Amino acid sequence: MSKATERAKAKQDRVSSSMVENRAETVVTVTVRLVIIAIALIFALFPILFVASSAFNPAGQLSTQSLIPRGVESVDQLLANFRALLIDELELFPFWSWIRNSFIVATTSTILSLLVTSWAAFAFSRFRFFGRRSLLLGILLIQVFPNLLAMVAIFLIMQEIGRLSDAIPQALPFLAGIDWSWLDLFGLNSLGGIILVYMGGAMGINTWLMKGYFDSVPRDIDESALVDGAGHWTIFWRLIMPLVRPILAVVGILSFVGTFNEFVLARILLRDKENWTLMVGLFSFINADFNRDWGKFAAGALVSATPVVILYLLLQDQIVGGLTAGSVKG
Amino acid sequence: MTAQTAKASSSAGGLAFSNRWWVSLLSFLLLLVGNAFGLILVYTFIFREQIGLAVVIGIITLLPNIVFFIPRLYPIRWMVPGFMFVTLMVIYPVVYTVETAFTNYGDYLGESHLFTKAQAIELIERQDALYVPEGAITYSFTIYRNADGELALWLTGEDGDGNAQTVFAQVDQPPEIIQDAPEEAPEEYNGFEQLPLAQSVTTAQTIIDEGIIFGEGEEIFTVLNRRRAAAPAQRYEYDPESDAIVDNLTGVVYTANDEVGYFLPPGWDAETNDEGELRPGYRVGVGLYNFTRLLEEERLRGPLIDIFVWTVAFSLLSVFTTFAMGLFMAIILEDPRIPARKVIRSLLIIPYAVPGVISIIIWRGMLNENLGIIARGLANNLGLDIPFFTDPWWAKFTILLVNLWLGYPYMMLICSGALQAIPSDIYEAAAVDGAKAWHRFWRITLPLLLVTVGPLLIASFVYNFNNYLLIEILTLGDPVFPGSPVPAGMTDILITYTYGLAFGDQGRDYGYASAITIVIFAIVALVTLFQYRFTKTWEEVGENV
Repeated sequence: MSKATERAKAKQDRVSSSMVENRAETVVTVTVRLVIIAIALIFALFPILFVASSAFNPAGQLSTQSLIPRGVESVDQLLANFRALLIDELELFPFWSWIRNSFIVATTSTILSLLVTSWAAFAFSRFRFFGRRSLLLGILLIQVFPNLLAMVAIFLIMQEIGRLSDAIPQALPFLAGIDWSWLDLFGLNSLGGIILVYMGGAMGINTWLMKGYFDSVPRDIDESALVDGAGHWTIFWRLIMPLVRPILAVVGILSFVGTFNEFVLARILLRDKENWTLMVGLFSFINADFNRDWGKFAAGALVSATPVVILYLLLQDQIVGGLTAGSVKG
Repeated sequence: MTAQTAKASSSAGGLAFSNRWWVSLLSFLLLLVGNAFGLILVYTFIFREQIGLAVVIGIITLLPNIVFFIPRLYPIRWMVPGFMFVTLMVIYPVVYTVETAFTNYGDYLGESHLFTKAQAIELIERQDALYVPEGAITYSFTIYRNADGELALWLTGEDGDGNAQTVFAQVDQPPEIIQDAPEEAPEEYNGFEQLPLAQSVTTAQTIIDEGIIFGEGEEIFTVLNRRRAAAPAQRYEYDPESDAIVDNLTGVVYTANDEVGYFLPPGWDAETNDEGELRPGYRVGVGLYNFTRLLEEERLRGPLIDIFVWTVAFSLLSVFTTFAMGLFMAIILEDPRIPARKVIRSLLIIPYAVPGVISIIIWRGMLNENLGIIARGLANNLGLDIPFFTDPWWAKFTILLVNLWLGYPYMMLICSGALQAIPSDIYEAAAVDGAKAWHRFWRITLPLLLVTVGPLLIASFVYNFNNYLLIEILTLGDPVFPGSPVPAGMTDILITYTYGLAFGDQGRDYGYASAITIVIFAIVALVTLFQYRFTKTWEEVGENV
C-alpha cells in the first residue's frame, strides 16, 4: 500500500514538474481523459442497464424494449417478469431447481477440487521425489487439451456409467441383489456426472497456484512437528491448512464462479429441464423463442448474475491476483 | 531439504498413512472395497464390450494399490485422487479421440458406422427379423382380450409330427400348450375374454399392421391373414465360420467387409457405391483416410481453409483489441488527477464479472437486426440498416466487438497491475533525458509491460482459439457457406465447426471431427509450448527441483 502511494506521489511530482508551465494543457488533457472514461463507462454499462431495464419492463418482448420502461403503472407491473419466473411459471421453467442445481454443482466441485489440489500441492511442496518435475509440467500441459474437444469420449463415459445399474446385474448375476441404482446419480443427465467431468479439470493451474503458496509457509513448522512425532496427515490438516486459508479462498472462489458460469459441457450432458443448471436454463429462454421470453430471461439474468458480480467487486484484488497467475477469461 | 527427504522416507516406511493400527486397517478396508468395485466395473465393461473403458478403470483401480504397497511412492499417495479424475476425464478422452480419428465412426450423410461389429450383428439378427418360411405350419386362431386391453391368441393346428396341438399365446410371455383342449375355443380363459366376431376382424388387421408378436423367445406366433397364424423364423443369421450373414428369405449371403464396415451382398461395387448392404454397418479402422480427406477433398477443404484463416485472425484480433483497449484504459486510470478512480475501475470491470453466457445473450438481443434496441435505434435515428448477423463481414465485426467488451476489463486489470510494477525511476531518467511521452511509451512502458503480460496474451490467444461459447451463442457460425457438403458457417471457428461435424443435424461424423480435433490440439500445444519457453517455466521448474 505504501509502495503504491509512494509511486503515486512520484508520478505526481513528475507530472507537476513537466506540466507546471502549461496549466491550460493540463485542463485539456484531463478533460479529454474524462470524456474517454465516460465513453468507456457507457460502453461497459449500457448492456447491463439494458438488461436491468428489460427485467423490470412488463412488456416482456425483445422488440418492445426501451432503456426506460414505458407504461408502468404499479409496482406489481414492475415485478411482472420476476413473478412469472419465480412463482407463476415454474411448471414451464423450474427456475428454483436450476438455482439449486447450480449451487449443488458449484459447491461440490469447489470443495472436491480444493481437497484434490491442496493434497497434490502439499506433496509437490513438501516432498522431493523422482518424477516430480515431469509431473508438475504434465499438470500444466493437461490444461491445453480442452475437454470440449473430447466430448465424444466424455459422452460415451457418461452414457456407460448411466447404464451400469442395469449392466452390472446382467454381467454378474450374483450381484443382482445389491441396489446399484445409486450409480445413476453419476451418469448422463445427472448432477453427479457433470461434477465428475468438472473434476477432470481440477488438477490444473490451481495446483501450481497452491504449491506456490505452500512453498511460502516455512518448512521449520512441519519439521518441528515431525520431531514431535506428528504424521504428515496431521501436519497437513492441523498446521498447513489453517496457514494457507487465503489461497484456499482465492482458488475456491475462482473454481466456484467457474463452475457456476460453465455452460458448454452442462448443456451437452444435462438433458432434462429439471436437471439444468442456471446457465443452461437461462439459455433455454432465448433458445425457444428469442423475442417472446426476453423479459423473463432478463429477470433471470439479473437474479443469477448479481451475486457473482458482487462477489467479484468485493474480492476484486484477490481474484485479480489469482487470475494474473493463470486462468484466463475473454 | 535433505533432512526433509530423509524424514519423509523414514516416516513413510510403513505401508499405511500412519503407524496407528486403526488407520492402517481403515486404509486396507478402503482399498479392498475400492478394488472389489473396480473389478466389478472392469468385468461389466468387458461384458458390454467397452474395452477402452475397462482398461482405463483397471488403471484407475491399480493406481492406489501401487502407491500403497510401494513405500517409495509415498508422496504420490497425496495426488492419487487427482490422478484418478484426470485419467478418467482427461487422458482417456484424449486417447479415445486419437483412436477415433483413424476410424469411420459416425452416421454422417447416410452412412452407418455407430456400432461395433458384434453389436451390428446382434441388431441385424433382431431387426425385422421375422419371416414365415415356405411350407411352415399354420394355425387357425381366435383373438382374446383381457381387462387391461392386452391381446392373446388361441391357436389350433398341428405340431411338427402331425399331432393336433392347441396353444394359448400372450404377448411377451412363453406360450402355454393346452392339454386335452376343448373342440371349441372357450368364451373365457385365464382372465381373457374371446372377442366378438365383428371386433375380431378389425383387431386381426391391427395385429398384422402393427406386427404384434405373441409368445416369447423361440416360440412366437404372428398373424398371417384373417384366418391363419404361423410360427415365423429368424430371417438373418450370422455364420461365424464364413463371417457372413445369410438371408433365409432370399438366400443371399452378405459377407462382412472390414474395410468399409458393412455386410455386403455378392457383386457389391465400391466404385458405384451400390446400395443393398445390410444396415446398420459397423465401425472399422480406415487408417489415415480422415486426414487425407482434410487435405484432398475439395468440398471439405474449401470451408476448412476459410475457417482456419478466420480462427487465427479472430484469435489474434481479439487479443490485440482487448489488450490495446485494456492498456489504454489502464494508462488513463493511472492519472492521479482523475476523480473517483477506484469506483470507475470497479464499474469498468463489471462486464468481466457477469457470467459469459448471459452477456453474450444480451449482446445478441441488443444487436438483433429486427428487434434489438441498438439495431432499431440506428435504423430509426440515423437511418442505418446494419446487418450485424447476416452479412459475413459485419458478423465478424460483431463477434470482435462483443469479445472486446467481454475481454478488455481483464486486460485492463492485468495491465494496471503490471504498470505499477514498473519502477518509476526509469521514467524519471527518461524525463531527464528529455524523452517525449509518446517515446517513453514505446521505448519503456510497452517493452517492460510485454515481459510480464506476454504469457497472458499467449494464454488469451489459446483461449480464444477455442472460444466455443462466444461463437456458438452469438452467431452459431452463421451466415453459412453456400453449397458446403458439411455444416459450415462463415463465422465458424475450428472448434465450433468440429463440434457441428461431431454432433450436427446432418448426422455424426466422429472420425473426421476427431481428426480435426487432433490438428487443433497440435496447434494449441505448439503455441503453449512456445509460451512455456517464453515464460521460462521450464527453467523455473528446474530451479525448484
